[in-house]
Amino acid sequence: MKLTGAEILTRFLADEGVEYVFGYPGGAVLHIYDALHRQDRLKHILVRHEQAATHAADGYARSTGKPGVVLVTSGPGATNAVTGIATAYMDSIPMVVITGQVPTSLIGNDAFQEVDSVGITRPCVKHNFLVKDVKDLAMMLKKAFYIATTGRPGPVVVDIPKDITAEVTEYKYPRQIEMRSYNPVVKGHPGQIKRAVKMMVGAKRPMIYSGGGVILDDASKALTELGHLLNCPVTNTTMGLGGFPASDRQFVGLLGMHGTYEANMAISNCDVMIAIGARFDDRVTGNIEKFAPKAKIIHVDIDPASISKNVKVDVPIVGGVNNVVKAMLKQLKADGFQPNEEVLGKWWEQIEKWRAKDCLKYSTDGDRIKPQHAVDLVHQITKGDAFVTSDVGQHQMWAAQYYGFDKPRRWINSGGLGTMGFGLPAAMGVQLAHPKAQVVCITGEGSIQMNIQELSTCLQHCLPIKIVCLNNGYLGMVRQWQEFFYDNRYSHSYMDSLPDFVKLAEAYGHVGIQVDKPADMEGAIKETFKLKDRLVFLNILTDPEENVYPMVPAGAGLDEMILI
Amino acid sequence: MRHIISILMENEAGALSRVAGLFSARGYNIESLTVAPTEDITLSRMTLVTRGSDEIIEQITKQLNKLIDVVKLVDLAEGPHVEREMMLIKVKTSGAGAREEVIRLVEIFRGNIIDVTPTTYTIELTGHADKLDAFIVALDKAPILETVRSGVSAISRGTKSLHV
Ligand SMILES: Cc1cc2nc3c(=O)[nH]c(=O)nc-3n(C[C@H](O)[C@H](O)[C@H](O)COP(=O)(O)OP(=O)(O)OC[C@H]3O[C@@H](n4cnc5c(N)ncnc54)[C@H](O)[C@@H]3O)c2cc1C
Ligand SMILES: Cc1ncc(C[n+]2csc(CCOP(=O)(O)OP(=O)(O)O)c2C)c(N)n1
Ligand SMILES: [Mg+2]
Repeated sequence: MKLTGAEILTRFLADEGVEYVFGYPGGAVLHIYDALHRQDRLKHILVRHEQAATHAADGYARSTGKPGVVLVTSGPGATNAVTGIATAYMDSIPMVVITGQVPTSLIGNDAFQEVDSVGITRPCVKHNFLVKDVKDLAMMLKKAFYIATTGRPGPVVVDIPKDITAEVTEYKYPRQIEMRSYNPVVKGHPGQIKRAVKMMVGAKRPMIYSGGGVILDDASKALTELGHLLNCPVTNTTMGLGGFPASDRQFVGLLGMHGTYEANMAISNCDVMIAIGARFDDRVTGNIEKFAPKAKIIHVDIDPASISKNVKVDVPIVGGVNNVVKAMLKQLKADGFQPNEEVLGKWWEQIEKWRAKDCLKYSTDGDRIKPQHAVDLVHQITKGDAFVTSDVGQHQMWAAQYYGFDKPRRWINSGGLGTMGFGLPAAMGVQLAHPKAQVVCITGEGSIQMNIQELSTCLQHCLPIKIVCLNNGYLGMVRQWQEFFYDNRYSHSYMDSLPDFVKLAEAYGHVGIQVDKPADMEGAIKETFKLKDRLVFLNILTDPEENVYPMVPAGAGLDEMILI
Repeated sequence: MRHIISILMENEAGALSRVAGLFSARGYNIESLTVAPTEDITLSRMTLVTRGSDEIIEQITKQLNKLIDVVKLVDLAEGPHVEREMMLIKVKTSGAGAREEVIRLVEIFRGNIIDVTPTTYTIELTGHADKLDAFIVALDKAPILETVRSGVSAISRGTKSLHV
């Protein structure tokens, strides 16, 4: 059947199983928008800013495991999308971004709304394509989805010149794909797995450190089984939360800069570290020289370039988490492995001593609302079962520390790039993917203003997101660093002239609630979640100078935390 | 240490800029880089000379392998190999003595004079990069007007080969 490029694109997306396209129209994509109008298999979500389209697609992807899809126009449409593409890239999120381009004949002419989208996005995509012939379009799209979703996932950009979307060719959905230059390894090397198992069996103070790779590979079941079999402490990175149930006794919390005392002390004292789908980020390791100094390290990662990049490891295993961990479990069971309770008992005794420090305690006596208390209450009232997106700053860390995630794909945040403005649009993608679920965006008064215009999108598409704004009147994370390391010189970290968020929510057609007394908070949060069909903006005025603890200062080792 | 990384990649537009972009974004240095299609025009062969500690070279090869267009690569410095570079060099020659001296040097270095004017010679010289360096030093007094070097091409010795 002969179709135009624009029709091929919409057909292909539907054939590929895509539900939602997040986008914004413009000159270069008019043919595509026309084709969208003439079909009913794909749903298009009109956002208010292209950055939000990418974050919404990203939230959709993180909460479902399916690739998010974005459609933007050339020039400013593409450049507005770059922040969201880079955000997805840093956190390895599968995403396909279609950018319109000026007609082929004008490329390179500084044409109206021309920008070298392939060039601009090259450093922050897994791969990108410029379509030069309509005959290649379907196959390139297939490759884009294949690359985005396999191996270490990531965003892929397909740049389509306007003339290509008008040209006509035969279309058949390409089912099969083969690429001689791209074959990610998913099965771990059996010899390495044997070595790793031997090391685990001999460990006196073993520890699992797992990250986003567990979530991306939907491997939390296998990981949890391994943790239980080894009976060792388990810590998660910010990206890995929910990979191992937070309510499990073996869970010692987050590690790294704002990790718990017990997690960071355990890392600093373990003798065998099993790193699974985590990339030894500098926020996690602190001073590399002092990171896990007593440990032999096993590292499972699908990306060989993640292994021994920052920290030299003893047993590298390239492969997918599910495959490798299941192979480890099989081997351990075949060997009749039983944890040595006597040896592990001592290790646990030590860990319980660290845990007894209760490093996340806070007081609720004062007359200001403690942000930690707010997150605790949100956890209680949503029964720990909500999808929680966040922005970037102190509120993000409090959400990570206090909303104990028992399930994967429930915690949606920008870890690697740390993109303020991520939370609300990401929540839109999550809510669309899970229409019945409770979706909460825990944000700050600084971050929410970076994509506040999306309140309009939420109204248009009836998205009953609950925005919980921990409003401390400061760019709190910046202020905290200025307090600790710049002698309290609060240079430009104060959010002057804040809008009235209640009125703002109302102006956008939503509900706004404000609370500033600890005694009123529980009621306000309950009221917020009772309004099932409405978007509610809950503005919580919190203690302005509260800090995130523990904190490992830059350059320090993990066992050199600042505690409350 | 100096490494010669030989890369087979899809002969796609932009493939070169992906490699160059990777090196600049990650702060690796490139000493030389050559690229041209192979006998199979869907594939390009790139030869890249770089320097770095073992850890850096390990990251470089891993990051290169990660590029979707890269089909295969090998670090030739890991085994016996032959490397060659070609140089075209134009020198000013004034006076008979000077002209003879240049001819003599070209013979010693087994080069060819490929263009002649009353006041210049253009010389073609192929060999290990060190030999080209030595030739430039040996030219000494003859003023060099232009130097064009191809960058290193290299191939492994023996029956081993880099192919798909
Ligand atoms: C203000 C702020 C403070 C922060 N503080 C902290 C902190 O205190 N502690 C902390 O942990 N983080 C913190 N972060 C987040 C931090 O910046 C990193 O994003 C995070 O630590 C990286 O998590 P990860 O190692 O799990 O890697 P991810 O970025 O999630 O990477 C996943 C890894 O798994 C691999 N992988 C992917 N798929 C698979 C698969 N199928 N099989 C096997 N492997 C796979 C990938 O190759 C990659 O190496 C903070 C961020 C911000 C913005
Ligand atoms: C787009 C962007 N710009 C700047 C920063 C640097 N930054 C990190 S946290 C932060 C403050 C965030 O303030 P707010 O949203 O109010 O959160 P709080 O820390 O007060 O909870 C800033 C400016 C960033 N992460 N992202
Ligand atoms: Mg704030």
